[in-house]
Amino acid sequence: MSLRRPAKNQPEKFEFNSASLEAAKVIISKYPKGKQQSAVMSLLYLAQRQNNNWIPLAAMKYIAKFLDMPYIKVYEVATFYSMYNLSPVGKYFIQVCTTTPCMIRGANELVDACKEKISKNQFELSENKSCSWTEVECLGACVNAPMMQINDDYYEDLDKDKTIKIIDKILEGETPKPGSYRGRINNEPENNRKTLMDLKNA
Amino acid sequence: MLKDKDRIFQNLYNDLGSDVISSQKRGDWINTKEIIDKGRDWIINEIKNSQLRGRGGAGFPTGLKWSFAPKEVGSRPHYLVINGDESEPGTCKDRDILRFEPHKLIEGCLIASYAIQAHVCYIYIRGEYFIDGQKLQNAINEAYEKKLIGKNAAGTGWDLDIYIHYGAGAYICGEETALLESIEGKKGQPRLKPPFPALIGLYGCPTIINNVETIAVVPTILKRGGKWFSSLGKEKNTGTKIFCISGNVNNPCNVEEEMSISLKELIEVHAGGVIGGWDNLQAVIPGGSSMPLIPKDKCETLRMDFDSLVAEKSGLGTAGVVVINKDQDIIKCMARIARFYKHESCGQCTPCREGSGWMWRMLERMAKGEASRDEIEMLEDVTKQIEGHTICAFGEGSSWPVQGLLRHFKDEIKKRNKFDPVVKENKNIPYLVDQHLLDKNA
Repeated sequence: MSLRRPAKNQPEKFEFNSASLEAAKVIISKYPKGKQQSAVMSLLYLAQRQNNNWIPLAAMKYIAKFLDMPYIKVYEVATFYSMYNLSPVGKYFIQVCTTTPCMIRGANELVDACKEKISKNQFELSENKSCSWTEVECLGACVNAPMMQINDDYYEDLDKDKTIKIIDKILEGETPKPGSYRGRINNEPENNRKTLMDLKNA
Repeated sequence: MLKDKDRIFQNLYNDLGSDVISSQKRGDWINTKEIIDKGRDWIINEIKNSQLRGRGGAGFPTGLKWSFAPKEVGSRPHYLVINGDESEPGTCKDRDILRFEPHKLIEGCLIASYAIQAHVCYIYIRGEYFIDGQKLQNAINEAYEKKLIGKNAAGTGWDLDIYIHYGAGAYICGEETALLESIEGKKGQPRLKPPFPALIGLYGCPTIINNVETIAVVPTILKRGGKWFSSLGKEKNTGTKIFCISGNVNNPCNVEEEMSISLKELIEVHAGGVIGGWDNLQAVIPGGSSMPLIPKDKCETLRMDFDSLVAEKSGLGTAGVVVINKDQDIIKCMARIARFYKHESCGQCTPCREGSGWMWRMLERMAKGEASRDEIEMLEDVTKQIEGHTICAFGEGSSWPVQGLLRHFKDEIKKRNKFDPVVKENKNIPYLVDQHLLDKNA
């Protein structure tokens, strides 16, 4: 299990803005009547997106009222799942996969790059306050190892130099192009394709 | 090698585009109505004849699973739930189906929903795959526009709604009952079985849960016939499978191949060989991190299917092949996997919650050569105390890789960890549990 604590400095109030409200209504309509509790995970995402990539306790209380469920149940969900950030992270939040398939292809170099360029420790903001990083467990792109995720996008087939270049761009406020950084197309074997040959370049 | 025309996922590398029109050109949605007109029993029978086994790891026969759904819909509606919470280290096949072959999945959802009489289908996707989930959502929207799903889906007279539910970074939600808990808006902690989800599942209603790949191959099986599918591979291990080959190979890739292909062919032909040559191979994890590793000497002749791998005391799992060569420290690799399980344990059952961390700490010390000789036996004992003593299969998943390491690389650990037990050395280490033994000696 992982230990997760809410941040010390909490804002007093949280409310959905009109865009989030609209989205929340659509989400609740996906589930049967009376089962609106199912929407709690998606609503926590909405709150996280609205609130600079993290969820304050006030948002959990707000969502609990919104869905007519006990606050503790929302708190349970928010602390159980690792993708909900309970304390502020950077506008660009980097998650480096370090599980075995990535590790044996050199994920530690990516971590070193983050340490050099962003901050010594995980969850610490960079000097210009725009960026933070963390190690995470398998992100499910093992054939593109080593890789990392920045906000929603996957950056694949990296090494230390490429990672440093990506981080440099981010620190300047640009969003680099996601995908493979060795120029390969999706998950095909690089320069060694033996299957579906007549479709290649179709 | 499997012939290209027998590959189900023609768009695995996105050569052809994933939108509905390109998909229809590849044969998706062509005769969905005719298939459904043949009736439930025919569909389930044909899937049974094809001997399709679930692609999510356990390998349960799909046709049999569908037949567990109640024959008549009672007061409670039926649900179909698709498990796309792919988080097993070494596995990344469902992601390619979600983003490049979404219409195979959606068509499969319609057929499966009809077969088990569900009008609502939830697709559970791990939160990290947000972009890929959006691509699937676009495909679902396309299908609604073309009236392929929704009211009177594809002209079959069956109503079906498909919704996506995103997870949020919990590996355990890949376990089917934890996944249901998660959809219900709770912590993802597995439920006791029985009752099985086929009778009491989502919201207490009959629910069938299938992996993304399982459902995505269903339309092709029904179009080309169960006989065609069962002619590939070998008895009870039929059809094709997407293999993910990662780790120390020259060209890591996803590839769809015939079941029961030899591991050597998979690595040498498709993945461009082991880095440093075949002789540099140390071990292979054949089916995602929870399956015990297999040392090099057995890799020569190994066949990749459920039964052959069980005979080697491992398993096909999700077919995520992780290749580890001799440049890697095998104990460290396994220690990292143990850390993964320590992080992902849901904390519900004590043996798993405490044991997974215990195994990790011991392996870390063993990798550094700081463990004492007797700890090797202790580690084995810990794995045995987790396995079979938990609500879900996570206990097995976390202890099997460690058992595999002990089975095949015990000598390596022994070589590195030569200490006598601390008690014998009369060392004063206050945090050790066996401190009281020292006192007696004094």
